[in-house]
Amino acid sequence: MNETPHLKKLNLHICLLFLLYLPGSKVTFIDFQHLQERSGLSVSGEKNDTLYVVNFWATWCDPCLRELPAFENACHEFRNRKVKFIFVSLNARREINMVERFVDTHHFISEVYLLNATNSGDWIDLVDSSWSGTIPATVMYYHSKKVYFCEQEFTSAKLLKLINTKLKQK
Amino acid sequence: MKKTAVLALMTVALAAFKIEGYKVGDKAMNFHLKNVDGNMVSLSDYKDAKGFIVVFTCNHCPYAKAYEDRVIALNTKYKPKGYPVIAINANDPNANPDDDYATMQQRAKAKNYDFPYVVDGTQEIARNYGAAHTPHVFVLQKSGSDYLVKYIGAIDDSWDEPSTARHRYVEEAVDALLAGQPVSVPFTKAIGCGIKWKT
Repeated sequence: MNETPHLKKLNLHICLLFLLYLPGSKVTFIDFQHLQERSGLSVSGEKNDTLYVVNFWATWCDPCLRELPAFENACHEFRNRKVKFIFVSLNARREINMVERFVDTHHFISEVYLLNATNSGDWIDLVDSSWSGTIPATVMYYHSKKVYFCEQEFTSAKLLKLINTKLKQK
Repeated sequence: MKKTAVLALMTVALAAFKIEGYKVGDKAMNFHLKNVDGNMVSLSDYKDAKGFIVVFTCNHCPYAKAYEDRVIALNTKYKPKGYPVIAINANDPNANPDDDYATMQQRAKAKNYDFPYVVDGTQEIARNYGAAHTPHVFVLQKSGSDYLVKYIGAIDDSWDEPSTARHRYVEEAVDALLAGQPVSVPFTKAIGCGIKWKT
């Protein structure tokens, strides 16, 4: 999946229309390697000054759902900045249609994927070696490096402050 | 200066909250927990067992539900060989009413659990073991009066499609222990519903 200028513009417009009802973006499968590439960890070494905020969640995970408004608020707040939010659902693969319906109902305004991986043990440590595997978990990448990881629920204030802090770190 | 002090306090608070738990090779503590039939269960009750398959699980979590039949199968296979399953629910029932004791009893009855399903009301056992989510398995091997942790982690490598599992980690670990062999994969990680800690 290559990111085109068209897709970048589309994401910006979706964020700007945050307060209006919009049909949600389609949920697609992504494997872990492509997720890393979508998170700015490009092997080609191309310059990228976008802060990527990747959130691991699932429709059945109560703490994940509790923090979703914080993320949706952050998407709105940073709509004019170089911040990209990526939501990675860890629902069972056969549940993709259900995840899509959920995303539609909850007006997700960012990219949402369903991780296509059989064995989570293969990639948990690749996200962060301290990660126990509990969700929600959030990882941030900036300038092709991981700049943050935590496996706790965010409040809106904490998330906004954290992103602002990271954006200042050049 | 004040900011540093606040940061230091926060770090200490976070460190205190962070689950450490057992590493492979540690001695696991015995416990004394209430089963769904009202009786108390301890590791020390099992005079003839060679070890245990301790599974931290719960009622509501989709991962726990997906693995339920596999947990039952593990007990069917390994209890006769000296490694019974003991299932522990450490979740705070206030976080999810489906994780209360009554629902545990319903579940155990509905699925004819042939192993204890005990409640860790104070969450002391879950904290000491280092259980992070459900399901989370600790395979213990008896050594004299000690219970040595020999495997920590997932049941297998395919939670949502059991038939495609390539590694059935708990089975491989227990088979190795029964054969007097070292456990080739003693530690794995997996996604799961976080244990609902009391606040």
